[in-house]
Amino acid sequence: MTSARSEAHEPTRAQRWRVPLVAAVLAVLPWIAPSQALAVNILIYGLYATGFNLLFGYMGLLSFGHAAFLGAGAYGAGIALARFGVGWFGAIAIGVAASGLLAVLIGALSIRSRGIYFSMVTLALAQLVYYVAFQAESWTGGENGLRGLTVSSLRIGPLSLNFLDPTIKYYVIFGFVTAALWAISRLLNSPFGATIEAIRENEGRAQACGYDVRRMKLMAFTLSGLVCGLAGALDALHLSIVPIDTLYYQTSGLAVMMALLGGAGTFLGPFVGAAIFLLIEDSFSLWTSHWQLFVGAIFILAVLFLPRGAWGTLVAWRADRRA
Amino acid sequence: MRQPVPPLESSASADTVLAAEGLGKRYGGFVALADVSVAFTRGRLTAIIGPNGAGKSTFFALLSGAATPSSGRIRLEGADIAGQAQFRFARMGIARSYQITSLFPELTAHENVRVACQAVHAPARRDLWRGRSHYRALVEEADAALAQVGLLARRSRPASRLAHGEQRALEIAVALAGRPKLLLLDEPTAGMSPEETKEMMDLIARLATERTVLLVEHKMKLVMGLAERIVVLHQGRLLASGSPDDIRVHPEVRRVYLGEGRSGRG
Repeated sequence: MTSARSEAHEPTRAQRWRVPLVAAVLAVLPWIAPSQALAVNILIYGLYATGFNLLFGYMGLLSFGHAAFLGAGAYGAGIALARFGVGWFGAIAIGVAASGLLAVLIGALSIRSRGIYFSMVTLALAQLVYYVAFQAESWTGGENGLRGLTVSSLRIGPLSLNFLDPTIKYYVIFGFVTAALWAISRLLNSPFGATIEAIRENEGRAQACGYDVRRMKLMAFTLSGLVCGLAGALDALHLSIVPIDTLYYQTSGLAVMMALLGGAGTFLGPFVGAAIFLLIEDSFSLWTSHWQLFVGAIFILAVLFLPRGAWGTLVAWRADRRA
Repeated sequence: MRQPVPPLESSASADTVLAAEGLGKRYGGFVALADVSVAFTRGRLTAIIGPNGAGKSTFFALLSGAATPSSGRIRLEGADIAGQAQFRFARMGIARSYQITSLFPELTAHENVRVACQAVHAPARRDLWRGRSHYRALVEEADAALAQVGLLARRSRPASRLAHGEQRALEIAVALAGRPKLLLLDEPTAGMSPEETKEMMDLIARLATERTVLLVEHKMKLVMGLAERIVVLHQGRLLASGSPDDIRVHPEVRRVYLGEGRSGRG
């Protein structure tokens, strides 16, 4: 019943069209989603879960600390904007760079251990980052979060966009997310994508074949952190504040849930998972404050009955029908 | 086809691909291998045999870079490579197969081999941007290796869905990837039926005509008709080395190995 999760050496039609497909859906999302805010959240958390999945689904490393990278991106961009008056684009770049640096650091420390120990080390280091942000009030705003980073207009050359307009804001973020997805798709189709899948499948053999497994793990960890950092930086611009919760371990858990709900190890699964999660949250929180109970129940049912996730099940079903 | 081998040769010559010099491995106080010197000649099939606990697996682990020797040298075409990381051994052209099938289960047969070709091809290995199909030569090389072990028709099937014998053949194809200078095979017939064993031995004989092969085998009878040279280990030491005919009549070998009956593994 196993179906090849591997990317064929020739990109299949599905692989070639996956980015245009998701871009087309996201392009009309503001008009089909219940609210504009929800649509933006799907973009940002979809990217966050996709970045997490690079490490979890494709390389098989389960990190419980990815909030640190979302947070580093958000605080990096936020501090650049609020404290140093850096322009919006520079702020995003600083946020991404900050999370990349943090990922190299946390990655280098955590890839020394395997399995559950790896997960625990990432969790512990991410909690460390949380407490540092919590204590460094003069930089981060501590418990109250980082404020005062409202970006009202974006200047792109001679063009000036009103970032307070929700539609314009959505499409600017859409542009970044789509570009990132395109880059991730290329990365996964590249020899590097094949390498990390091989390491997921059999680390020892990959090593014996000639791969420097540790280095590859660190690279995948860093790339994953960069993507999550971009999601964080976009979130800071979107919210105009950085809540301390961004760094909390629940945010790390969110990535795990979203990836599993949609289907880890598939390209679009985490994005679908993020959309499902946020839709449930959005609709249930309208009529009950106990919405997390429902999310929890649905998550358990999904794990029990759709272990490949919503999107992953579809992909596997198609592959099985062809085989 | 087979050239006569001078008996009990051990000194390295220009034709030596790999040489172990005084190789030893200790685990704590236990000496798994002590002072083993063997030279492997280019283009030849050498078999390493010995009863259980003779040090075959340790010797194999050291030569493939999976373990680091406690003493001695490993020379690949003259250069000492002992102590290097295992992945460097592979990149320098020492490929190995596993006794217990060790593949990439969810990847297709073709991708199993292609990814192994890619590992020893630096430009491809370092590429994060271009598509996999950009490296056409690796795709063709992988298919050629699959064809050699008779698995080309199965190329698009995930490794986990292949029959046991096919998985053993794929195991060899993965080791063949990247045209290694030296092919180390670890009991390739382990767990095989007599027919599968016959096929595997035929395959190894075919491969050995154009390669340097080192075969670790428990079943002595299997290698007698196949190997050009046999190295016998016993209790972590080199007991004898020479042509199959020499080994067959070697008194020490007869005593410790042939004499012990057919009670061994396999």
